[in-house]
Amino acid sequence: MARITMREAISQALWEEMERDPSVFIMGEEVGVWGGTYAVTKGFYDHFGPERVRDTPIAEAVIVGAAIGAALTGLRPVAELMTINFAFSAMDHIVNQAAKLHYMFGGQMILPLVIRAVGGGGRQLGATHSQTPDAVFAHFPGLKVVAPGTPADAKGMLKAAIRSQDPVLFIEHATLYQTRGEVPEGDYIVPLGKSTIQREGRHVTIVTYSKMLEISTKAADQLAKEGIEVEIVDLRSLRPLDMGPVLESFKKTNRAVIVEEGWKSYGVGAEVASRIYEEAFDYVDAPIKRVAQAEVPLPYNRTLEQMALPQVEDVVKAVKEVL
Amino acid sequence: MEKREYLDLYHQMVVIRRLEERSAELYQQGKIGGFLHLYIGQEAVSTGLISVRRPEDRIITAYRDHGVAINCGLSAREVMAELLGKVTGCSRGKGGSMHLADVKKNFWGGHAIVGAHLPIAAGLALGDVYQNQKAVTVCMFGDGATNIGYFHEALNLSKVWNLPVLWVCENNQYGMGTAVERASAVSEIRRKADGYGMKSEAVDGMDLMKVREVSARLYEEIRNGSGPQFLEVITYRFRGHSMGDPERYRSADEVKTWLENDPIGIYHRYLLDNKIATEEELQEQIRLAEEEVNDAVAFAEASPEPPAEELFKHIFVEE
Ligand SMILES: Cc1ncc(C[n+]2csc(CCOP(=O)(O)OP(=O)(O)O)c2C)c(N)n1
Ligand SMILES: [Mg+2]
Repeated sequence: MARITMREAISQALWEEMERDPSVFIMGEEVGVWGGTYAVTKGFYDHFGPERVRDTPIAEAVIVGAAIGAALTGLRPVAELMTINFAFSAMDHIVNQAAKLHYMFGGQMILPLVIRAVGGGGRQLGATHSQTPDAVFAHFPGLKVVAPGTPADAKGMLKAAIRSQDPVLFIEHATLYQTRGEVPEGDYIVPLGKSTIQREGRHVTIVTYSKMLEISTKAADQLAKEGIEVEIVDLRSLRPLDMGPVLESFKKTNRAVIVEEGWKSYGVGAEVASRIYEEAFDYVDAPIKRVAQAEVPLPYNRTLEQMALPQVEDVVKAVKEVL
Repeated sequence: MEKREYLDLYHQMVVIRRLEERSAELYQQGKIGGFLHLYIGQEAVSTGLISVRRPEDRIITAYRDHGVAINCGLSAREVMAELLGKVTGCSRGKGGSMHLADVKKNFWGGHAIVGAHLPIAAGLALGDVYQNQKAVTVCMFGDGATNIGYFHEALNLSKVWNLPVLWVCENNQYGMGTAVERASAVSEIRRKADGYGMKSEAVDGMDLMKVREVSARLYEEIRNGSGPQFLEVITYRFRGHSMGDPERYRSADEVKTWLENDPIGIYHRYLLDNKIATEEELQEQIRLAEEEVNDAVAFAEASPEPPAEELFKHIFVEE
């Protein structure tokens, strides 16, 4: 196994799938000549050519819409949205078309489509460019929404997404691209819709995903020094949401903190907490805590932005509160 | 135009140029974060366009907005302070480079979502019509923005409702790394206005006097009820799209050719050739501009960070 970055892992998955299956192709802004604004598709244009690595105009609705159409003909497009903030410009096609065509036409239409989008804050990009709206997309039945937090999962889940028969929104985090981890070489598949225990512990369960896995792991390391053993469940997939490992862990620890980067209101934490209350109420020893972004559009100023984003100390504090 | 005005336009362009150069340095030093899109090379566009506006005319643009802000009369101080995220910045440090604005000066902002401000511009103009104000809304955007649906929806509506908008496309040849002809079905962007039955023309954006002349005429026509019009300004950005652009999409030769058409150089020669100003007078303007920008940087660096309460301020008007 090689130790590679998240960027390399995603790039590898795309490359291998394109080599394996000629129906896989990429379309998006600056994916070709530029090599991807986050350098994920660097070298792809020269290797696969402009037919399969298609630079598009700045036009998100037609990027997603045309990818849907191409997918309906049996191709496997990977549509890239430069950032998830621009998904709002393609909202109808994502949630009203991609998420519904299969169901609404009684299963006739099949769209094996992947939409890759980069999300997350913390880079001083201001309110419109820093969002983590994952829960918004996970709200819609018919759209798979995944957001891996490790390089291995990123590779395995992107491959699974490309091979899936369903539309998948694959969310990457802008500040995780340099994160390194062991990644199996070759055909490595991580099935979608499966959460997993990333770290074992017996005192408190942290439920998290994506960038917040990193923050939660740091908090767990810190707490371990004080003798508090945290178990971390990585959701990896928001829809379908696999509560199995969450409930299993909670039945053991009886205490939970849910950590997400997005806003708390109507968010992932709200969903997971109520599912725990609904499905494991008898095991609850303390009110479940949520750590999330302050309820403000993210400001540009670095200090204010960091104040608004969940930090390691916030997680440590929340864990202590449920103990 | 009086000599003082000629010199003032020169001064504005040099302030923008120096402000951008200093911003790039401050970015390298980590004092400016996020995205930073420089206006170097395009100074004559907004300087010419805005030099003939009346106070009641509204200006709105995209994220490449530092020059536009200066031309709208924002001080170099409040622009620089915003870039540094200070509370003395025009958006109190919450907006950053892409979100400068000063509503009192009728500058309705830099906007970071490509094309999103075009429908808003239509609404600004609607507001004026509705309230019997004889004002023009000037909406600036890039060549890349003409390929997104928002552009087409806004142009269409503005024509159907006969809104007083001057649509100004700054065709700087690229949207990030994508050349116009690789993204737009028509390379002559002004042709897109034809589809909406809208009058259009093109102008050399490196020549301040030409931009000014055509702008003055279009403002008056629109003010007198012509309905919306479209102006394509041919220009070039001398620097990368934002900081850290590898610029693999264009050749050094191409950049060099455009650099020879530096808008400040062209205007400098114009002032000398027409004996409007002397070399010494222009050097004096350069010196004053330098001073102004140095003062702005010092002011911004010395300014306080926004206080913590600022995080929860301005979410709603009413609590
Ligand atoms: C809806 C949307 N899609 C993508 C982006 C990312 N983006 C920012 S600027 C830009 C290029 C815009 O080019 P152009 O309109 O020509 O303006 P220029 O930068 O040349 O001034 C892109 C793709 C964005 N901000 N908004
Ligand atoms: Mg452009």
